[in-house]
Amino acid sequence: MTTTTLHDVRFIEPAKTRNYLNEDYGFFSWVLTRDHKRIAILYLISVTIMFMVGGFFAMMMRLELLTPEGDLLTSDTYNKFFTLHGIVMIFFFLIPSIPAVLGNFILPLQLGAKDLAFPRINLLSWYLYIIGASFGTYVIISGGVDTGWTFYTPFSTQYSNTHVFATTLGAFIVGFSSILTGLNFIVTTHRMRAPGLTWFRLPLNVWALYATSIVMLLATPVLGITLIMLMIERVLHVGIFDPALGGDPLLYQHMFWFYSHPAVYIMILPAMGVASDVIAAFTRKRIFGYKFVAFSSLAIAFLGFLVWAHHMFVAGISVYSAMIFAFLSFFVAVPSAIKVFNWTATMYRASVSWQTPMLYAMGFIGLFTIGGVTGLFLASLGLDVHVTDTYFVVAHFHYVMVGGAVMAYMAGLHYWWPKITGRMYPEWWARLAALLIFVGFNLTFFPQFILGYLGMPRRYHAYAPEFQVLNVLSTAGASVLAVGYALPLVYLLLSLKLGRPAGPNPWGAVGLEWTTSSPPPKENFHETPVVTWEAYDYRGMMKAMGETQNV
Amino acid sequence: MSDSLPPQGGHVHTPLHHVTPISTYLTVFAALAIGTLLTWYASTLDLGMMNTPIALLIAVIKATLVILFFMHVLHSTRLTWVVLIAAFLWLGVLFVLTFSDYLTRAWPIY
Repeated sequence: MTTTTLHDVRFIEPAKTRNYLNEDYGFFSWVLTRDHKRIAILYLISVTIMFMVGGFFAMMMRLELLTPEGDLLTSDTYNKFFTLHGIVMIFFFLIPSIPAVLGNFILPLQLGAKDLAFPRINLLSWYLYIIGASFGTYVIISGGVDTGWTFYTPFSTQYSNTHVFATTLGAFIVGFSSILTGLNFIVTTHRMRAPGLTWFRLPLNVWALYATSIVMLLATPVLGITLIMLMIERVLHVGIFDPALGGDPLLYQHMFWFYSHPAVYIMILPAMGVASDVIAAFTRKRIFGYKFVAFSSLAIAFLGFLVWAHHMFVAGISVYSAMIFAFLSFFVAVPSAIKVFNWTATMYRASVSWQTPMLYAMGFIGLFTIGGVTGLFLASLGLDVHVTDTYFVVAHFHYVMVGGAVMAYMAGLHYWWPKITGRMYPEWWARLAALLIFVGFNLTFFPQFILGYLGMPRRYHAYAPEFQVLNVLSTAGASVLAVGYALPLVYLLLSLKLGRPAGPNPWGAVGLEWTTSSPPPKENFHETPVVTWEAYDYRGMMKAMGETQNV
Repeated sequence: MSDSLPPQGGHVHTPLHHVTPISTYLTVFAALAIGTLLTWYASTLDLGMMNTPIALLIAVIKATLVILFFMHVLHSTRLTWVVLIAAFLWLGVLFVLTFSDYLTRAWPIY
């Protein structure tokens, strides 16, 4: 065991070194791999395909909404498209995106470990994901489902004659994939940290993934149970949610949102972790208020469980209960705001370099803040009555999930791409894509806030003519957004062949993952690293490099 | 959450392994079977308001037996207990906040 110094800048040509990509060849070396890095690549390919499928449905919806009349899709088809868009994007893209792709790849590297604690379970989780996604694909091919991604009863149990059973079974199975990933991350973080890597030396990305894993582990089983009860009622007509059989439809909503609200934090917490790492790297500073940011991840994970019924304010729940949930919902804004303020404070008087990951991280902070603040509008009991089930809600959660989670996913993907592939992406094209995504996103979703406030309801394929101008803006934005997302697909793939070799630490960043070669060897580190520096010790790094300037 | 070094390099944490005799398993199995029969028998009686509580009570006792003996929690480490208690606390959160709705809902309106 020898000490790997932080500032070891050995430059190794990726193609000429033995690494996880050229360690073994052939189809089975991939689909039977236990290497967390290869499993991350398998996830990357899978979720990218699902993202394109979900994006297709989104584009078709936006095209339909170009005109007030329902002229492109019938109302039934439109119902199926928004349902499939939601299901594919949430269950098969957003939830696995950062944890299962970036987390899988980076977590053991950031911990100085050779792999996750349970490599076989890691592979099993990918297979479960694929089985779940196969059910989703079957549903898409065989006629779709029209319940909305929330599968609300009694429509889903009694009236819908689409593929509710297969879809919920797919979501149920993919839930286990999520549980296993969470379990793996928790055990790995507890047991496999490198010598010297104490909890407060961990990158904030690890704290965020840890908090995410707790949510995955505790919330997902409730979704599983709820979907099973839904299937039992639909197939066997056992009265659970149907009032005629002694059930309560709101019980379904309570149980569904007990998972699905924390699921939002499964999407946004890892995004916050990525943002922390990226901001530290491109401001050359330790994150301001490190411990506050670290504990705010755990606070969000905890408080995120106490707010679910704000999705049900107009559904007929008790007003007293609604008041409690409104209060608790406001409370969750506190740790989120701590993060936003601390990221901003980190950038204060820093020498910020505006490379692509930082552009995305900046976009993340701004868009997530808008998404979060409009969430407080929705948590306000009175205002919620006005905007419930309007485009205001659609805009709000897209600001959080796309403006927040997807922006951070793109930030992380670009930040760690050199580590994953050993090659750099083309910076100019990447900046252009980041700009297009930011502009396209705002053009798509900002008009929807106004539309919603003016009273345009969500989930209809036709609308009143006075809403057309804003809808045209939104569809135009979606087109820009689509180009923005297509660009990285092209240049990242091309960079595999044409990108210049990255070297172990192209960003000059602090962190164990940057002390090993790019791409890393199969066992991650040639020698077990010993950590002697604090998290984000850019000051120490500068000192070691003989620079005297203040950072 | 301590700042202590993580276990590594030779430090292995092995709890004392408790071997449960087969007779215990058989006894627990018999208790579970009796519990099932009791559930069935209770369902044939009309106990009024107590129908559901009685059924739930039997179910809770059975679940406790499974957790303690079949899942080996009785002789497990404190960490296992912490995880178990945390899981039940979470269930408590679900119950308490859900009942904040059910117990105060304006039922007569519906």
